[in-house]
Amino acid sequence: MDVEAAKLIGAGLAAIGVIGAGIGVGNLWASYYDALARNPQAKNDIGATIWIGFAVTEAIALYALIVALIILFAF
Amino acid sequence: MAEAQAATNGGAESGGGLELHPLAQFELKTYIPIHIGDLNLSFTNSSLWMFIAVAIIFALMTLPTRGRSYVPGRVQAVAEMLYDATANMLHQATGRDGRPYFPLVFTLFTFLLVGNLQGMIPGAFTFTSHIVVTFALAIAVFVGTTAIGFVRHGAGFFKFFMPEGAPLWTAPLLVLIELISYISRPVSLSLRLFANMLVGHTMLKVLGGFVFALGVAGVIPLAAQVAVTALEFLIAVLQAYVFAILSCIYLGDALHLH
Repeated sequence: MDVEAAKLIGAGLAAIGVIGAGIGVGNLWASYYDALARNPQAKNDIGATIWIGFAVTEAIALYALIVALIILFAF
Repeated sequence: MAEAQAATNGGAESGGGLELHPLAQFELKTYIPIHIGDLNLSFTNSSLWMFIAVAIIFALMTLPTRGRSYVPGRVQAVAEMLYDATANMLHQATGRDGRPYFPLVFTLFTFLLVGNLQGMIPGAFTFTSHIVVTFALAIAVFVGTTAIGFVRHGAGFFKFFMPEGAPLWTAPLLVLIELISYISRPVSLSLRLFANMLVGHTMLKVLGGFVFALGVAGVIPLAAQVAVTALEFLIAVLQAYVFAILSCIYLGDALHLH
């Protein structure tokens, strides 16, 4: 197989990892609104920590994108 | 057959795409070359923007508080809000013991915040998009908090690697897992910030390339571009916050052992 084509296919495959982060972030916000609906007073307590959870989960997607970018540009 | 087709597609994709490479924005340019032996201490665009960041923080913190009024002006309110937010963050994670480390956390937070935000200025250099910068900061936090832990607890700091209440026979496995998770802290801390900045700015450039290439139909990617730019502002603030609060949490671990 041509190296250029293999690179593009590899980058595409590497980006599949984003699915996991998508599920994770969706799950995170779903639980957030679920918690708010049950106990609206807890909004201020959850407020700061939800963003840490979001950033940590979202970073997983970026690791996948970094791998894709390395395959595309660095090799 | 399929291979040949893929090859031509690949050639067309990489050949006729963007004129400017999306990663060209991260290139280091040497302004004043300084070499001491084998050490390269050149003054680059990265150092220039770090100096600008420090100058902005210094101006924000000193100039508006000169007059020191009870009713703060707009700029003074921003400075006070930053101070308050950091103090709250540190207090929640470490309690009273964390007080002496406020200058460290405040410096980290404001430096990264201004660094991330000034990256959103078109043409500016984002120094946090280089893993050298973020990893140096993260390893400093890691070594510092570990040293604080050993100074405060002596050999008792090793208890940190064995969760309380776990049966003794699980120790070999648990200690290994805790040790690996502890050592990977600086890696994940630095990689998170670096990856967010790198991928975010690359994405902006790639989307910008679509807008340019599509002509009139470029309005559609332009709308996405606006949304992504707003998201990037959120991420710039959020990642500085996350870096600072995780440093606080690591500091709290070292001070209180869980």
